[in-house]
Amino acid sequence: MLNYFIRRLLYAVPILLGVNLLTFALFFMVNTPDDMARIHLGAKRVTAEAIATWKAEHGYDKPLFVNSQAAGLGQVTDTLFVEKSLRLFAFDFGMADDGRDIAREIKTRMWPSLAIALPTFLVGLLCYVSFALLLAFFRGTALDTGGVILCVALMSISGLFYVIAGQYLMGKLWHWFPISGWQPGLDAWKFLVMPVVVGLVAGIGDSTRFYRALFLEEMGKDYVRTARAKGLSDTRVLFRHVLANAMIPILTGVVVAIPRLFLGSLIIESFFGIPGLGSYTIDAIQAQDFAIVRSMVFLGSVLYIVGLILTDLSYTLADPRVRLE
Amino acid sequence: MMLPLKPVLLWSDALLFLLLAGGLALAWSMRREDWFRDPWRQVMGSRLGAGSAVVLAAFLAVGLLDSLHYRERLPGEPGQAAQYAGEVLSALDWLLTDLRTQTEKTYSAPLATHLYVKESLKGPDGREARDYPPLRYPGTHLLGTDKVGQDVLYLSLKSIRTGLLIGTLTTLFMLPFAIGLGIAAGYFGGWVDDVIQYVYTTLNSIPGVLLIAAAVLVVQVQIEAHPELFDTAAARADVRLLALCAILGLTGWTGLARLLRGEALKLRELEFVQAARAFGVPRIRILTRHLLPNVMHLVLITAVIDFSGLVLAEAVLSYVGVGVDPAMNSFGNMINGARLELAREPVVWWQLFSAFAFMFVLVLAANLFADAVRAALDPKSERKA
Repeated sequence: MLNYFIRRLLYAVPILLGVNLLTFALFFMVNTPDDMARIHLGAKRVTAEAIATWKAEHGYDKPLFVNSQAAGLGQVTDTLFVEKSLRLFAFDFGMADDGRDIAREIKTRMWPSLAIALPTFLVGLLCYVSFALLLAFFRGTALDTGGVILCVALMSISGLFYVIAGQYLMGKLWHWFPISGWQPGLDAWKFLVMPVVVGLVAGIGDSTRFYRALFLEEMGKDYVRTARAKGLSDTRVLFRHVLANAMIPILTGVVVAIPRLFLGSLIIESFFGIPGLGSYTIDAIQAQDFAIVRSMVFLGSVLYIVGLILTDLSYTLADPRVRLE
Repeated sequence: MMLPLKPVLLWSDALLFLLLAGGLALAWSMRREDWFRDPWRQVMGSRLGAGSAVVLAAFLAVGLLDSLHYRERLPGEPGQAAQYAGEVLSALDWLLTDLRTQTEKTYSAPLATHLYVKESLKGPDGREARDYPPLRYPGTHLLGTDKVGQDVLYLSLKSIRTGLLIGTLTTLFMLPFAIGLGIAAGYFGGWVDDVIQYVYTTLNSIPGVLLIAAAVLVVQVQIEAHPELFDTAAARADVRLLALCAILGLTGWTGLARLLRGEALKLRELEFVQAARAFGVPRIRILTRHLLPNVMHLVLITAVIDFSGLVLAEAVLSYVGVGVDPAMNSFGNMINGARLELAREPVVWWQLFSAFAFMFVLVLAANLFADAVRAALDPKSERKA
């Protein structure tokens, strides 16, 4: 078990290095720091000195990989790649273009993100699996057909529609909740309900259909026929056997997403004015703040790899035959 | 005689027509093959399959008409070199000239006769009063007009092309990577497999929107840095659209590649592949003649399923600010421009409604068509008994 985790962690290093190289290539080689300076200075104020000052202020005035002016080890370490890219491995994200510490922002902003993403995720999983079980239980009946048609219709609606319509109905028309905003502490609940509900509804069509297909595939297997043949009731087969056996494919899709919940949802957070990581990212994209985008890319990859390891771990819990060696 | 217009072939037009011609040529050459014809018969034989195909064909027709571009010749002195308008129009624009040019001052409700906003008007008795002024073209705007008075139906129809392009060209960019790398990884195994798996795990580990956003930002900066490369605004928007498709393709091939890798792993152990190898058939021939045709159904199913997701993704990406050019007609830009209209008093709902409704019909038809294609092509899919 321990060996397994050590191996997985070692395997994570080349992947994160690859992610790092990719973002570095995008943001420093295709797009030079000069381009970056030009965007932030605006077309009118671009002069050679202005660009040089901007680069010096933000620490971009170094060579990419090899610094021939530095002495000794500094030739390799006093470069953009080490300063801006490899430092991410120590979770040292540096400064945003507005001079704020990115790591601190991430630490404060991940809680509102989690407060919305976690309930959406948990309640969603419960609802979607239940709906799918219901449809699978009544497979072939009018309820099932109607349910599937409804799912296809729901998944054909743009996610933006759910957000806009939800905000309009619950916020403006019925005055149930404030339209957008955030308050720290327990009072946050009234800002939470609407985004969570919208997130839930937006996912119904896709997920229910996916889980239903999963259950139906499982129900076509031989052990189900055997169980029915020896006289077990339909309900018992579905809840005891099919559900347990479908756990592995369900976990495959679900567990990997858990660590990423910290990152929040771009669309939901920006529409509802939640000061989380999702809105932080979207603001950074719109302001073309590459330092933040780079940090979020790195953080996202780390969380994904954590998710993969957690997935393997969850297999051992769900299926005693699986051993990590 | 000189043409009153100059045809313009944008890159995306060329690719779209090439794709269409390729598809038609393939279908024509295979029209007598049973294994090719039967699944399509099954698709078109089902009510949902045929119905959704008709709807998709209608959207496609609008998109194709909108891909025949030209620039009008400006009236000038005879004998002078011809001057052409900077605005690039399409055959669809020409057909809809009335809708395009009959603009109002600002918002008007669907089929309204008066503007939606009150203005100071001079009454017949000469006194000023605040009232709704009559429209210039009352009752002609089926879906109303937007903030600057453009017909919403026209805007919706113009947005179709963008959606279709994103849905099809992305797949075109994605397929070489997915097919080539997926099959190679599965068939060759060993270090080839390791390297390809490493690449797609790395790409997968980056949150999708962020990777797309990062790449689009870079492209945007490059386009802004080289304005001399584009002679019209349409050409610039077009390059950005193509770049977006390429980026979506480059970040989206991993799913299909993994599927094809698994399939190739299975196929290479089967007798016909083993036999081909024993006979000394060259590797490249085994890959193209024996493996590729046996995974084509998976490729086709994925292409059809991805289409609807991509149409929806365009709207979200445009909202985030990393979608198509803000000046381009697209559902995402329509929604983005109208998202505050529900907060107005009284509510302006028709632009959002039109964008969502058009998108819903397109995506629903694509989803239903995808289901029918999957049922016909995938041997594993559930069949109604």
